Amino acid sequence: MNRALPGAARHVAAAYLPPALPGLDPAWSRLVEADDAAGVTRTWHVLDTGPALAAAGVAPRGTVVCVHGNPTWSYLWRRLLDAATDRALAGGPAWRVVAVDQLDMGFSDRTGAPRGLAERISDLDAVLGALALDGPAVTLGHDWGGVVSLGWAVEHADRLAAVATLNTAVHPGPSEGRDHVPAPLRLALAPGVLGAGTVTTGAFLETTLALAHPPLAPEVKDAFRAPYRTATERGGIGAFVADIPVPATHQSRDVLERVADGLRALEVPALALWGPRDPVFSDRYLDDLGERLPHLDVHRFEGAGHLVAEDVDYASAVLDWLEVVLEPAADAAPEAGDADAVQPLWHHLDARRDDADVALVEMAPPGGAGPRSVSWRLLTRRVDEIARGLVDLGVRPGDRVSLLVPPGADLTAVLYACLRVGAVVVVADAGLGLRGLTRAVRGARPAFVIGARPGLAAARALGWPGVRVSTTDLPGPLARTLGVRASLADLAERGALLADRADALAHVPAADDVAAVLFTSGSTGPAKGVVYTHRQIAAVRDALAAQYGVGPGASLVAGFAPFALLGPALGTRSVTPDMDVTAPRTLTARALAAAVGAADATVVFLSPAAIANVVATSDALDPADHRALAGVETFLSAGAPVSPALLARVESLMPGALAHTPYGMTESLLVTDVTGPEIRAAAADPARGPGVCVGRPVRSALVRISALDATGAAVGEPSDAPGTTGEVLVAAPHVKDHYDRLWLTEHASRRGRTPTSPRWHRTGDVGHLDAQGHLWIEGRLAHVVVTATGVVTPVGPEQALEASDAVARAAVVGVGPRGAQQLVAVLEPVDPPRRPALADDVLATDARSRTPVPLAAVLVVPDLPTDVRHNSKVDRARLATWADAVLAGGRMVAP
Amino acid sequence: MSAHRVLVTGASGFLGRAVATALVAAGHDVRTLQRRPSGVEGVQDVLGTVTDPATVASALDGRDAVVHLAAKVSLAGDPADFERVNVGGTATLLDAARAAGVERFVQVSSPSVAHLGTAIVGADADPADPVHARGDYARTKAAAELLALRADSDRMRVVAVRPHLVWGPGDTQLVERVVERARAGRLPVLGHGAALVDSTYVDNAASAIVAALAAVDRVHGNAYVVTNGEPRPVGELIAGICRASGVRPPAWSVPAGLARAAGGVVEAVWRVRPGADEPPMTRFLAEQLSTAHWFDQRRTRADLRWEPAVTIDEGLARLAPPRA
Repeated sequence: MNRALPGAARHVAAAYLPPALPGLDPAWSRLVEADDAAGVTRTWHVLDTGPALAAAGVAPRGTVVCVHGNPTWSYLWRRLLDAATDRALAGGPAWRVVAVDQLDMGFSDRTGAPRGLAERISDLDAVLGALALDGPAVTLGHDWGGVVSLGWAVEHADRLAAVATLNTAVHPGPSEGRDHVPAPLRLALAPGVLGAGTVTTGAFLETTLALAHPPLAPEVKDAFRAPYRTATERGGIGAFVADIPVPATHQSRDVLERVADGLRALEVPALALWGPRDPVFSDRYLDDLGERLPHLDVHRFEGAGHLVAEDVDYASAVLDWLEVVLEPAADAAPEAGDADAVQPLWHHLDARRDDADVALVEMAPPGGAGPRSVSWRLLTRRVDEIARGLVDLGVRPGDRVSLLVPPGADLTAVLYACLRVGAVVVVADAGLGLRGLTRAVRGARPAFVIGARPGLAAARALGWPGVRVSTTDLPGPLARTLGVRASLADLAERGALLADRADALAHVPAADDVAAVLFTSGSTGPAKGVVYTHRQIAAVRDALAAQYGVGPGASLVAGFAPFALLGPALGTRSVTPDMDVTAPRTLTARALAAAVGAADATVVFLSPAAIANVVATSDALDPADHRALAGVETFLSAGAPVSPALLARVESLMPGALAHTPYGMTESLLVTDVTGPEIRAAAADPARGPGVCVGRPVRSALVRISALDATGAAVGEPSDAPGTTGEVLVAAPHVKDHYDRLWLTEHASRRGRTPTSPRWHRTGDVGHLDAQGHLWIEGRLAHVVVTATGVVTPVGPEQALEASDAVARAAVVGVGPRGAQQLVAVLEPVDPPRRPALADDVLATDARSRTPVPLAAVLVVPDLPTDVRHNSKVDRARLATWADAVLAGGRMVAP
Repeated sequence: MSAHRVLVTGASGFLGRAVATALVAAGHDVRTLQRRPSGVEGVQDVLGTVTDPATVASALDGRDAVVHLAAKVSLAGDPADFERVNVGGTATLLDAARAAGVERFVQVSSPSVAHLGTAIVGADADPADPVHARGDYARTKAAAELLALRADSDRMRVVAVRPHLVWGPGDTQLVERVVERARAGRLPVLGHGAALVDSTYVDNAASAIVAALAAVDRVHGNAYVVTNGEPRPVGELIAGICRASGVRPPAWSVPAGLARAAGGVVEAVWRVRPGADEPPMTRFLAEQLSTAHWFDQRRTRADLRWEPAVTIDEGLARLAPPRA
């Protein structure tokens, strides 16, 4: 069928070789003849690294077969041909790469005849036959080429080593509707649009080329246009679009369904490299692929789009992945802990279901009025009811539930209910900002969203996925506007009615089932989803209990979200102070004292921003407040480093407490711990190295250093040798299971693991261990500066600069190419300038005299950029980019 | 290190004198060729110009090595003069050197031969580009460097050394200009003055050239940028030179774009106007003073087996006028 295509689509022309184009080695180009399905001899243009490998005497272990989509051509795969050749010639694993221009596309024959999906799959088989592939095949497709390549793969499973795809869609959609065909393509198929949009004009081509992030260089755009300069050359673009099987009666629909179903039988390793900013092949098609291929490895490149092959380094990703999945020893994952039974996270709730003692205190519950106390009995019942209600709503084990609920009793109840029914809770901090939150929720693809009104409004406005549940009862019209299916009260009510039905909660999640996806703060790049199993979260609980003695009988005030939720799991009474927990700096000293007093709290958890405000407002404390605070035994500051001076001031407010500052990250919430006295002793040690002392590993954690080489890469074997600077590695039962749909990130974070090694997580922090076993953090691996004379970690020189009375904060960054970088100090003086500038002579000279490393330039700024959440981690990456521009002669704008 | 019989051209210049002095100190037999007496102790001066084949031939008699510095260095002037001296002179010298059996030839060049007007940030020595280099000096020096490297052979080993922004006591190019203009209140900072620039203290440039002569058998055919390896914001470098020379550093600034435009106008005016004085600003200078140009020195230092001995701070201290 050839609906409404202009005559140009019936033009016949012979294949030819492309002209010289950027990034394209002419030696790759071949014209290959084979008979198509109808027995007609056709000529294909193919890029092929086979001859070059043969000439170099390299025997490939297999062939990567690349199939472009519409309206691109094999030029899309040039970087893979290049990278694979480089690796093969350098002695690495050798893969031949073959990239075919489909008939009527690129520089292959213009056949003048329409080609359906079935023909395209057999065309591919014909040309691959003529090419005589080396070894087993790995298919790699993009766009509709993904379907063609997977179609060939399911028909030739015996010749297959692996399948990989960039953005594509194999779901044919329900036969009665068009819903599953991407909306922009439905438009392209509209009568009158198809021919004009695809053939007569280059609009479809130009629109596709404009989808790159960042935009394509003009010469690259020209290269993509090269085979499609005239309407006659573009006939295949229109025919390809016309073959999108929208109506159920379409000729290619059966074939598409066969391919989609066939995927379920594929057992070879599978990879999807995905650009989520794709208006056509959105995340739902990725979900569909994952559902068909449960073992699918996924990496979503946040910020990349449809032309993911142009946006990111997909070539190294594919080659790295092949190395790992085809040689399992390279990335073996040691067992995630022993197989022992785990005390479930809700075991205190079960044990205390008749206990009238107070479990939760909310100092300022939503809806106003004074403190609200919730007993263990009530909490257990509430968790139970919501759990049954969730099951009744359709929540199934493994379903993801996004919690956009402010910390407090509601969040606690719904969290434990989700865990109990085996749902996976998705927890993203409002500190990510709306954009970060949207990315996080979209990326985590929850089936359900439970939220307060602002969260639901955002979910509605920004099109977040999932069935919506509100925390409070909403008026009907509003509930409908927000697309809310039910409220928590509805769920609980429904659950109460089902209370006598034993089967509702018959399913108990296993220890190694996934329990939660927590999002990183985003202060070190786009927020990443971190996946924990029940066993691993239970291990977090146990590590906290062991380290700080929090358990039944204790009472904790938590002004820091992740720990606030663990009270019921610890069997501890938890108190939420009167503050906006998502904005820690809103906690006052009086509010803290009131919370402590209300529950005779012995343990206080705060973030640095909260501590700063507590200290700043401590003048308002009255004698009763002071008495309450004097009863605190353990005080923890978590989330970011806090200055020794600030720590000392908050210690003076809680004279009976020992201050601790644990070091950890979303991927391993507890790595080391250090007390106030230890911090002061370390600071006073004349033999101290550079960095911030974060103390000794907690009991269940193992910390090692992977030394940096001269290029700043952390290549050393995990070692506890004192004084060696390198990346910090941690292994513990409470380390995360994996990153969510970030295969490359996960692969990088477990580099160095072997089947017999501990379950290492590479933290991305750099530091060293001292002779006493203390860990010192010297910065982020990504912020290490590589000069001509060696590697410099930033924190040491920054501390030297901050020792000046004139300097409030300092950042040290590198400018120029890695290996020849120059160091630049960016200072926030105590007396800040009105705008960024070069430091004056006196300040620059003083700064240079303080650092042991040479500084090329000293700049002053009114404000150093910091992370949103803690306002304490200096954004060195952003500063480096800024300094690079300014010191190259660019405008002196604010960093 | 073996001693050579070296001809140094342009030894009356600021860098040439330092090179000749350093070669003598290193034990070489040094003859010089330039229009005025070199004033260097322990050398044999031949007076004349590199554009005269007869003078060049006689100066080369018995020499086995050449260090070629003689050039027309200026921000303005008749393009034909640059061509004649910088390209013609180098061609004459190369021909005569080959004929005289010279075995080692050090072409002293300039990083401006590969500077196309955009920022240079940690780059190594890019190929000389006589078509796109900025200004007559850079274009003719680029052509000269290409001639010299093309003359490289097993018989006569040629290396090009490009010292960047050479300064020191007695320097009539950078230091004197900066100081005089600052004293006259005519020295603005271009833009914000933060553009990072490399520079080379004169003794380091000289020792690098001596090192290149010693290394030429290993490294011939290559070009090397030489700097102190201590880039500084241009405003800070100029202020440092002013302070070291007892002059107030400039306090007013001119937007870099404006200076570039003004430089273009001035350049055009100076081209048609008689006189040998220097224009206050050229486009080349404006670019030099407002965009980064600093270099990756790893290959230079490894290949030449050389390290700068005098830091920028030490160099600035040596600029200070002797206290009475």
